[in-house]
Order: sequence, then C-alpha cells, then structure tokens
Amino acid sequence: MKILDSTRVLVIMPAWNEAESVGNTVREVLSVGRPYDVLVVNDGSTDATAAVAKDAGATVLTLPFNLGVGGAMRAGFKYAQRLGYQRVIQVDADGQHDPRNIHEVLAGLEHADISIGARFADRGDYSVSGPRKWAMQLLAKVISALAKTRLTDVTSGFRAANGRAINQYLDHYPAEYLGDTIDSLVVAIRSGCRVTQVPVEMRPRQGGTPSHNPVKSAVYLGRSVFALMFALTRKRSTISDPALAAKGAV
Amino acid sequence: MGNWPAFFLALAIVGVVFEMLRRKKLREKYAALWLFVGIGTLVLAAFPSLLTIVAERVGVQLPSNLLFIISILLLLGVCLHLSWELSVVEDETRTLAEEVAILRTMVEGMSAQDGDAPATPTTK
Ligand SMILES: Nc1nc2c(ncn2[C@@H]2O[C@H](COP(=O)(O)OP(=O)(O)OP(=O)(O)O)[C@@H](O)[C@H]2O)c(=O)[nH]1
Ligand SMILES: [Mg+2]
Repeated sequence: MKILDSTRVLVIMPAWNEAESVGNTVREVLSVGRPYDVLVVNDGSTDATAAVAKDAGATVLTLPFNLGVGGAMRAGFKYAQRLGYQRVIQVDADGQHDPRNIHEVLAGLEHADISIGARFADRGDYSVSGPRKWAMQLLAKVISALAKTRLTDVTSGFRAANGRAINQYLDHYPAEYLGDTIDSLVVAIRSGCRVTQVPVEMRPRQGGTPSHNPVKSAVYLGRSVFALMFALTRKRSTISDPALAAKGAV
Repeated sequence: MGNWPAFFLALAIVGVVFEMLRRKKLREKYAALWLFVGIGTLVLAAFPSLLTIVAERVGVQLPSNLLFIISILLLLGVCLHLSWELSVVEDETRTLAEEVAILRTMVEGMSAQDGDAPATPTTK
C-alpha cells in the first residue's frame, strides 16, 4: 500500500485526550488548501479523540495504550515511511500551532533535513519563565553549537522532516521524556542531518488542559540536562538515503 | 557439622525452582541462575566449614562477611539483569503497539473502501 502522489505531506498529530480541540485543529489543517493528509496518533485516549478526529477527516492511528509523544511520533513516522511520504510535519492537536505556518516550516526542508518551527525567534509573544526558560536556553545553546546554526527553540513540537530524517528517526526516536525533542534531534544532528529553523507564532490552547504545571517545570530543568547528556554520548546512526534505498529495492 | 535449618531452606528453594521450571512458570535462562544459587547455599549449609576455609584464603576475617558481600553482589547483578530484560521487553511491546496500530488503520481503510464502493471494482 503506497500513496500515489509523493508530493503530498503527512501532518502527524500526537493526541492524548484531546477531543475538545483535535476536531477543529484537523479541520483547520485540511482547509488551508494544500496537499496535506492528516494522521492523528491517538495515544490510548480515554475520551472521544479518535471519533472526533475521524469525523473531521483525519486518518487515525490508535495505539492500544499510552506511549507518550515519542512513541506516538515514531508510529507516525513508520506509517509515513510505509506509505511513501517524502515530507512529514508534527503539529500539536491542541491548536497551538497555526496551520497556516505549516508550509513555511516545510519550506525549510529545501535546504535541510529537519525544519523546526521556532517560538522565540523574534516573532509572536509566546514566553516561558523560571527553570523551564533556563533549561530551554541551555538546550538551545548546546544544540546550536552542535548543529552549527542558530536554533532558539529546540523543544518545539512543530517540526518537519524529509525522507532522510524519517529514516534516521526510525532508527532512533526514544519514547522517554524529551526523547521526542532533545534526544532525537541531537542524535539526528550527530548522524549527519542538517537542521534549520523557521520563526512561527504560538497561539493559545484551543481547549483541554495543558500537560505542564510549575512543579513539572522545575523538574524539567534537571531532566533536560540529563536527557542532553545521554543524547550527546549515544551511538550515531547510519542513515540510508531514501532515494538510493528505493532504487535498490526495485 | 551441617546447619540443618539452612540446608532445608536451600532445599526448599531448589525444589520450588525445579517445580516452576517443570510447569513452565519460569524460563530456563532465569532458572539456571536460581538453581546455581540454591545449590551453592545447599553445599554451604551442609559444609559450613567450607566458608571458613574460603574466607581465610581470600583474607576476610569474619566468614559471614564474605557471605554477605557475595549475596549483595549477586542480588545487585540479578536486579540489573532484570532491569535490562524489562527494557528489552518494553521496547518490543512498543514496536508491537506501533505495528498493531498501523495494521488496524490499514485494515479499516481497506474494508471502508470495499464497503463504500461495492459496484465499482477498485483499480489498484
Ligand atoms: N500521543 C501523545 N500525545 C500527547 C501526550 N501528551 C501530550 N500529547 C500531545 O502533545 C501535544 C502537545 O501537548 P501539550 O500538553 O499541549 O504540551 P505543550 O504544547 O508542550 O505545553 P502547553 O504550553 O502546556 O500547551 C498535544 O497535541 C497533546 O495532545 C501523550 O502522552 N501521547
Ligand atoms: Mg500545547
């Protein structure tokens, strides 16, 4: 089973108990009038997330139990690879990422393998404070140095990937805390993926409850440093070039 | 000679492991370790003087300390091994969950296709 048109883009939306907002977010993405297919990865939700997403026109991947954002995303990447999508983008189900920015973030893939929609890059008024902010700044600094390009928001969940990056992710995309952002990104860079960022604005949540609170933010600092240290010492992957792999398979 | 309570305890452990193995409640790779531990204890309980001799050889003053350090290291090893096994199993579960989700979506997609257009044969 393969898609027929490889210029189509798969929009992967990890969603966990997001019934309140996922419907609108899916409809909004589909209504921007571009070749987007939406895949909602319903991660063991206990509410109507799957039904709402399906009604809105998305394909729904239902995981039998909660795996976390990292687990959901790897399932999405696997699906994308099986169907032959050459470009994918991760978009939050809570509506915080503006679907009209999707093509801007995708445009970053013209000269990179991974393109990050960054929230602090002098655009919009999204801000965080306290330990969470320090952690984000530290992470941004270290990973910028690694990627040899200025990255201001490495924990953004608004991230696009091309075929090469998808292959890399399938090799290493931990389900652990921050595995979906820091760990996967660091290992991708060290394995030779090029990264770029595109400034975007963040919108307020469209419904449901945020998964973070002040106590969690403090823990966030420690854990992110921990995650970073591990990521920096991990084994690199050897990425198979999708174009070459496709030729070899014939 | 011989420490009978300890001996019977060790015997009971070896018996339980054997029985679990026989009923397939325990995989062989874990059973081997426990049988080894059980038989070791059995031997030590039967001949406690062995411990004293070995302790003298390696230069441990109190024989019981030798026993403690060996037990602690062994348990530490077992814990580490179990954590490792668990991580492997979790990883496999994750992969299966992904696989099941993808297959389910594809199967549902196929049956929806068949149901929606029963008259027109699909050209694919
Ligand atoms: N698959 C999956 N998705 C999740 C899980 N937890 C959160 N998400 C999704 O990840 C996206 C981002 O989650 P949020 O809770 O908004 O996190 P955030 O945007 O970093 O933080 P806020 O600023 O509080 O909104 C949403 O689409 C959630 O539905 C999870 O355990 N599994
Ligand atoms: Mg959010």
